[in-house]
Amino acid sequence: MATYQNIFTRVAVTGHPHMGPDLPDEDDARTGTPFHSYWLGKIGNAQIGPIYLGKLGFLSLVCGLVAFEIIGLNMAASVNWNPIEFLRQLPWLALEPPLPEHGLSVMPPLNEGGWWLMTGFFLTTAILLWWVRMYRRAVQLGMGTHVAWAFAAAIWLYLVLGFIRPVLMGSWSEAVPFGIFPHLDWTAAFSIRYGNLFYNPFHMLSIVFLYGSTLLFAMHGATILAVGRYGGEREIEQIVDRGTASERAGLFWRWTMGFNASMESIHRWAWWFAVLCPLTGGIGILLTGTVVDNWYLWGQEHGIVPSYPEVYTPAVDPAKGG
Amino acid sequence: MKNLFAIPLAVTAVTLLVLAMMFGVGWDRPPVAAEQIGFRGVGMETVSNPRVTAQLEALNQMPPPPYELTAEEIRDSPLAGEVYENVQVLGDLPEVQFTRLMAAITEWVAPEEGCGYCHNLENLADDSVYTKIVSRRMIQMTWNINENWGNHVQETGVNCYTCHRGKNVPEYIWFENAGLPAAQGAMGWRNGQNIGSGGVAGTSLPYDPFSAYLVGDEPIRVQVQQALPASTGSTGGSIQSTEKTYALMLHMSESLGVNCTYCHNSRAFGNWEQSPPARTTAYHGIDMVREMNTDYLVPLRDTYPENRLGPTGDAPKAYCSTCHQGVNKPLLGAPMLEQWPSLAASP
Repeated sequence: MATYQNIFTRVAVTGHPHMGPDLPDEDDARTGTPFHSYWLGKIGNAQIGPIYLGKLGFLSLVCGLVAFEIIGLNMAASVNWNPIEFLRQLPWLALEPPLPEHGLSVMPPLNEGGWWLMTGFFLTTAILLWWVRMYRRAVQLGMGTHVAWAFAAAIWLYLVLGFIRPVLMGSWSEAVPFGIFPHLDWTAAFSIRYGNLFYNPFHMLSIVFLYGSTLLFAMHGATILAVGRYGGEREIEQIVDRGTASERAGLFWRWTMGFNASMESIHRWAWWFAVLCPLTGGIGILLTGTVVDNWYLWGQEHGIVPSYPEVYTPAVDPAKGG
Repeated sequence: MKNLFAIPLAVTAVTLLVLAMMFGVGWDRPPVAAEQIGFRGVGMETVSNPRVTAQLEALNQMPPPPYELTAEEIRDSPLAGEVYENVQVLGDLPEVQFTRLMAAITEWVAPEEGCGYCHNLENLADDSVYTKIVSRRMIQMTWNINENWGNHVQETGVNCYTCHRGKNVPEYIWFENAGLPAAQGAMGWRNGQNIGSGGVAGTSLPYDPFSAYLVGDEPIRVQVQQALPASTGSTGGSIQSTEKTYALMLHMSESLGVNCTYCHNSRAFGNWEQSPPARTTAYHGIDMVREMNTDYLVPLRDTYPENRLGPTGDAPKAYCSTCHQGVNKPLLGAPMLEQWPSLAASP
């Protein structure tokens, strides 16, 4: 009997690959000969492929590759094409956005942000094409479009950071560099410049949904694994036809905290928590610098900054004189 | 059965990663000491590594004077300017004190080379050795610091050893950082940042914030001190200038061996009313170093031989770590003028 108490799936189905339903004539054919992977079967479905690439997928990958190449080649050039330095410095390297003096110019010098703008164009195109592809594949399979809209929430945050907010601020220089550590340093500098993002209520909400998502994910994952011995992993069937696994899972939470989600609603909870994380985060970023210039002082005016007794004699601003 | 190998493999990999993080370069393994400096529960504390503290204590001892002088010896001595020729600074010092200071400077700056490092031994009055010209200017710089920058160096003051520590050239100096060469062409612009070996605490922040703030006078303050954006013109800094300020702050933090909360309440970095008093001292320190660089060190450029200059041909310059060398008070606050009143102020 299959059980689900381990890190790895203990049963993998092998046999003739499942090809899925036929596609309508206007669609491209699926590509690749499907095969089974023992190791991937440990963490998921053992059948690999076939893949539906299609025109949107192909265009998306081409645009993504162009963006990836521009970033990579600029990084390599920034260490004078030295392959060892490229590997050694990789986490520090970046493609920087244009300098403040170039404002919103769509044609800044190539080597002072021009490449960055070009990368942004191709990366955004790639992401939007991929979004359309996801939407159309879902419709094609007769599914809802929930995945595409969840992806759209992430795209919203991406666009706010790299496009909408810089446009509102009147300068590409407000945007994020493409690089591993550099984008983290940007994040720290962004928070410092605008008076501490922790006092931004939408940042607070975003954190609530971020941590809330992990909590819900842990609760749900654990619950389903715990009733796996009763077939609880067949969640979708049990939404309409509750069995002992579903009953136990619900009872467990009703007993421990008084309230329980249902097999269906728990996924709604998870979806909204996940989607609201970038949605609220994006609003928070969008308001920063455009509507609020110093979140700490804004928080002070709105009563969310506690004051503490003085322990040391505070510093005096020498620039103020006296 | 294959799972039997996979799980230990994963556990080993994670363990090695954790060990690498704890003991790798730049990380302090626990326990570290934290001292509360603000109200309870708000994270206002200074953090230190007790093992590093012990090492720093050994490294930061002010050596005693080479020999003692009695009050009579000083009283009966003629002035150095009367005894020697071409004594442009320190000439009004009693000769015995002058000679003792020369002996001390030798120990502080050129213990191996001796007097000949700065003097033509055939004729001590000769100005042909460049190091003598530099030394004379450095004595004037020391006077200036001790006389005019009490708001930074307090009564403790500085002497030659504060920076030199027995070395011809102080260990912690900076040059305009040419960094790793980037390709010459239409690609590879990095805006003076994004290099791991840049010397700003291992970050990818701008690697030369010093030219901007410690020679130049670019505004360090980037935050706006009002909640909402001004209707006319932005008064705050750009993201790029914020990163440069951040880089300077990281240098200060590393140089002094302190964390942000030594000078700032980190919930509102720009706010003075909540900052510990050390921030005021640091503020004057930035101005002081700028004056040292622009008035004393940079103008010496043409006096130095080629091998003393930086990769772009600039003069060696000072920053916080030049004196501080890892501790919040250089030489752990040892009084540096008590034995050397002649360095306290120009005559």
